Amino acid sequence: MKFLIEYIGTVLKSISSLWSGMRLTGYYFTHPKEIHTQQYPDNRATLTLGERFRGEVVLTHDENNEHKCTGCTSCELACPNGTIKIVYKNVVDEEETGKKKKAIDEFVYHLGMCTFCNLCIIACPTDAIKMSHDFEHSTFDRKSLTKILNKPGSKLMKGVE
Amino acid sequence: MFYDFSILTSKIHSWLLAHCDSGWTTLLEMVIVGLCVITLFVVLGLIFVYMERKVAAFMQFRLGPNRVGPKGTLQAVADTVKLLMKEGFTPQAADMFLFNLAPFIVLSVSMLALAPLPFAKGLQIYDINIGVFYLSAVSSISVIGILIAGWASNNKYSLLGAMRSGAQIVSYELSAGLSVIAIVAFTGSMSLSDIVESQRTGWWIFKGHIPAVIAFVIFIIAGTAELNRAPFDMAEAESELTGGFHTEYTGMRFAMFFLAEYVNMFVVCAIGATLFLGGWMPLHFGNLEGFNHIMDYVPPFVWFFGKTFFLVWVIMWFRWTFPRLRIDQLLTLEWKYLMPISLVNMIIVAFVVIMKWHF
Repeated sequence: MKFLIEYIGTVLKSISSLWSGMRLTGYYFTHPKEIHTQQYPDNRATLTLGERFRGEVVLTHDENNEHKCTGCTSCELACPNGTIKIVYKNVVDEEETGKKKKAIDEFVYHLGMCTFCNLCIIACPTDAIKMSHDFEHSTFDRKSLTKILNKPGSKLMKGVE
Repeated sequence: MFYDFSILTSKIHSWLLAHCDSGWTTLLEMVIVGLCVITLFVVLGLIFVYMERKVAAFMQFRLGPNRVGPKGTLQAVADTVKLLMKEGFTPQAADMFLFNLAPFIVLSVSMLALAPLPFAKGLQIYDINIGVFYLSAVSSISVIGILIAGWASNNKYSLLGAMRSGAQIVSYELSAGLSVIAIVAFTGSMSLSDIVESQRTGWWIFKGHIPAVIAFVIFIIAGTAELNRAPFDMAEAESELTGGFHTEYTGMRFAMFFLAEYVNMFVVCAIGATLFLGGWMPLHFGNLEGFNHIMDYVPPFVWFFGKTFFLVWVIMWFRWTFPRLRIDQLLTLEWKYLMPISLVNMIIVAFVVIMKWHF
């Protein structure tokens, strides 16, 4: 008798678990409006990407052409592929101390080597770099994948250091 | 009643008799029926491939094919053209004769199974008085085709897939047969047209109480297993056996297996619709005269194909929801669950029929 009760219990339990799966796919089937698939080349103008989408690394500049990169090389050390290379220059701090100090000359970014792992963004202590949503990177020349992220004439934002 | 196809068929018959002798008439009628079956095959293949891909896509929250033709409707045609263009490759070590024979066996079995199906009133290829028996006999021949395909390919994956398929089809025949017997017991006839006629007052799934519902569920499960479709796709098992019994098949010979699988799906669903859901009989509710009258206006073949496609959709729903079973789980399900349940169910059905508790 005990065996029979267990047997029927197994059958009922399996039916209910199968039904819960079928309910989910049934819901998907009856709600085709909720499909997230983007028909990319057709809707290129109205394409919406997720907030966390990783297109490429960019150095954010404000309207005064100032960025927040202090040149600490945290991103360079964090990168597993050697994608980022920071080149220094010496500048004279004329306004306050008048002393020489280091600043970034070129923030070199090899897009061709990047795996978009986001580790540099996590490592950055000043939130100077971020991932943009631009993903159409294909070119005919490998050289154009090596980018210098700081704009010409840009300098460090005040109060970041 | 309207929509009686026997008027049309008898007209064709008498016209042919008037123009040639009886031997030629039989031959010409066979040719006409053969052409109709082949056309049905092709149309069903195209519809099912498209339907399968669209249903799968929507169940997985995707869009599915939508580039070839409006809403992707010509995708199946494009696939067929691709298969026609491909090279028909035969492996060197394969048994040439059996290797080429196997797809034809599988395909002709699914053609044979179409014979006793009543598509509408008077639209039936061959009204045998042992229709149900004939169907279960014919459908088990397909396992021979699959075994030949697996053996002749001279490939371990093919052979394993074919052996699994053999074990699976042989065991699931039992519970499918037992659940069909329930309806035969209710009706008292094995002829499919008699079974449809007995459902004029109501479908067996309603008239037969719970035993009929249990028999229906078991029939659908066993039918899915006999079709070698996921979640019972032991014979193909892409993840373990690369492709099972059709690993070595290419081009049109592969397409034949593919087509046979889809037509078998149609046949199983058509049997299910005929036995449990009233075949081409419209939906009638006891005393609602007006409702019943409106339902009579819908042509019977629309009812038949509607019910069949509903069951096809249910089988697709299974396929895209459930994970695959292992071979031992598959046999456990059959021998420990479906088989005892259907045996007990058959006894209950016999009791219900003797006590005349069904409507």
